Amino acid sequence: MLLAQAFSVLDILLILVYLGACAYLGWLGYRHTKTVSDYLIAGRKVHPFIMAMSYGSTFISTSAIVGFGGAAGLFGMSVLWLTVLNIFVGIFIAFVVLGGPTRRIGHRLDAHTFAELLGRRFNSKAIQICAGLIIFLFMPLYAAAVLIGGTEFLATAFFPNDYTLALFVFGVLTAVYVFFGGLKGVLYTDALQGTIMTLGMLFLLVSAYWWVGGPTQGHKDLAEAKDYVFAGLSAQGHQGWTSMPQFGWGIPAGLPPGAPSPYNLWWIVITTIVMGVGIGVLAQPQLVVRFLTVKSGKEINRALAIGGSFILMMTGVAFTVGALSNIYFIKHEQIKGRIVGTTESAKVILKKDPGQDAKTLPCKILHIDTTGDGVPNTFVVEKVLLPPNALRAKWMPNAEVISNSDGTVIVRPHTSSFLRAVVKEKDDKGNDFWSFNSDNIIPAYVTSAMPRWFKVIFLLTLLSAAMSTMSSQYHTLGSALGRDVFETILGPSNPGSMRTIHAVRIGIIAGLVLAMLIGYYARGGYVIARYTAIFFGLCASSFLPTFVGGLYFKRITKAGALASMAVGFVTTAFWVVFVKEAEAGAIGLVRHLTPLVGTSHPNSILYNHPNWPSVDPLLVALPLSILTCVVVSLVTQKPDAALLDKCFASSGSLSQANEKLVKS
Amino acid sequence: MQGLAAWSAAGFEMLGIEDPYVWVAYLLCILSTILCVVYGLMHWNRGDETVEATDVQWAAQEDKVEEEL
Repeated sequence: MLLAQAFSVLDILLILVYLGACAYLGWLGYRHTKTVSDYLIAGRKVHPFIMAMSYGSTFISTSAIVGFGGAAGLFGMSVLWLTVLNIFVGIFIAFVVLGGPTRRIGHRLDAHTFAELLGRRFNSKAIQICAGLIIFLFMPLYAAAVLIGGTEFLATAFFPNDYTLALFVFGVLTAVYVFFGGLKGVLYTDALQGTIMTLGMLFLLVSAYWWVGGPTQGHKDLAEAKDYVFAGLSAQGHQGWTSMPQFGWGIPAGLPPGAPSPYNLWWIVITTIVMGVGIGVLAQPQLVVRFLTVKSGKEINRALAIGGSFILMMTGVAFTVGALSNIYFIKHEQIKGRIVGTTESAKVILKKDPGQDAKTLPCKILHIDTTGDGVPNTFVVEKVLLPPNALRAKWMPNAEVISNSDGTVIVRPHTSSFLRAVVKEKDDKGNDFWSFNSDNIIPAYVTSAMPRWFKVIFLLTLLSAAMSTMSSQYHTLGSALGRDVFETILGPSNPGSMRTIHAVRIGIIAGLVLAMLIGYYARGGYVIARYTAIFFGLCASSFLPTFVGGLYFKRITKAGALASMAVGFVTTAFWVVFVKEAEAGAIGLVRHLTPLVGTSHPNSILYNHPNWPSVDPLLVALPLSILTCVVVSLVTQKPDAALLDKCFASSGSLSQANEKLVKS
Repeated sequence: MQGLAAWSAAGFEMLGIEDPYVWVAYLLCILSTILCVVYGLMHWNRGDETVEATDVQWAAQEDKVEEEL
């Protein structure tokens, strides 16, 4: 782990102050929690700043900054379309179009969770239980992704060489203040963590543009450096870090048999990264529930301004810096230290698809010690061991090594971010291997380009990003099992009873155990971005038509909602298990169905239909789910008028009821 | 879309980015944020809603529970 360098006393103090502040805010949440409403929706009195920061920091995890920031280092600034969707769809549409009705209908129906809102809107316990079960069974994937990210990048800095202990400590640490403080504890800590994240990312942006000579110069240099794009990516449609990938469908005539489609990258970037996550955010249970925490639409309007700016500072900065890191590594980076070792001929893994042979690149690697303790902490590819006339060798790294009289060296890597992010890892059997890992691009950039004091600030930024998302995930998992499944089956408890809170706390523990088990067994293989995308896609396909239809269309029926959820869920599951190459390959079932092609079984049943294996499930499942919702609603009986009146209450009947209540 | 392609063919660039589909994304990130800020500020004091019967019932129930506790 590149950020795992020796901590000074001041660094440790700063980290302890941060953890102490989180503990204090968790305790504050505990003290202010008296009722079920306090525990589940923070008593409906949350300040707009806290609501906005909590929404934003829950939305943005370590995966968004490090995982997707690394993807921008690999694919370039085209990933900024995700930021556009994050702000316009994830914030503007979510707050302006969905936030108000969600809050109003949620309060009228006394909904405490996302699943309860859906269930009560359609007067269906089955919807609430099914939604609760989908959330409880599949959110652990997303929780595990954030937990793995947090553990890999952060906790191992404190517990080097002991991933299991790091996983346990990090998981439990976050769960404790959720367990006791409920949503109030989550919201208070989120606000602190969101503020730290904003400051950290602001400094990162200013510094990145300063390094490359300002926005215009930096972007121009980045455009001119397109020849440094790795040849394997160019073959899939990469046209440079300031250009969109090549758009098209299928395989153009003239390519040799077995060659990848030059349009694969466009479909991966646009459907999986941009649309899958950008649209999926609208139906995220842990985010929707934030709208139930505020008193009126005024708080939502005020939170909008803060939320939009926050997301720009997060993904906008991470993706810009990720792309710009290429120009830093190609033109500006100078590593000062001592070469304490070399690996003369390492087969560095470029890509390892499950069930397939790894694609490797032979490299000579320098082991550099920059701290003076004799231990190598930076690895750089000195040169690629390909014949000089090989096409791929032309723009491969050819590091410049300048020796000083005192035995130290200055190394200029002159390479792209992807090839600069070479890391030494261990396989399941404990053997060392080398790989290029885009998840290491942002940490490598921060370690090399930023001043030392910033590293601990960035560490806190990532710690905050991980903890704020994880705390909300645990809370949602607990609510799904405790409130949506147990309480709905057992029937409501007395208003003053602690049964709901106890049930939710059991749910939190169960969710934590599930996430930790997945985090322990499913480490490696780019699971962070993959699990995040699966959960976002699943939520969008299963819940979005029911959720939006329930808020805006009175004609949507219970049967339409249930059928839409079922179709969305089944289609996504089918696509993930059998069609989408990356996910299906990781699950492995599909290889039992595909014939032997060459030396291995393909990872998609549509392996001979180019581009389909790169298409995200959302693109297929969401339209089917919407269609089902509309068709089934139209052919089934109209919803009960009394239920609709309760949900969309005409002002006349309410003011009469209000008058009656006020008089009584 | 044709307009963007024409700009690209004419060699137009913004902030050093030539591909119009990328600089439009860069620009839209900033414009979307401005939209959020302007909309939020314009509606800063709007959105107050009349108290509904369910709100009154809910508040009364919460008060009762707190008193009991």
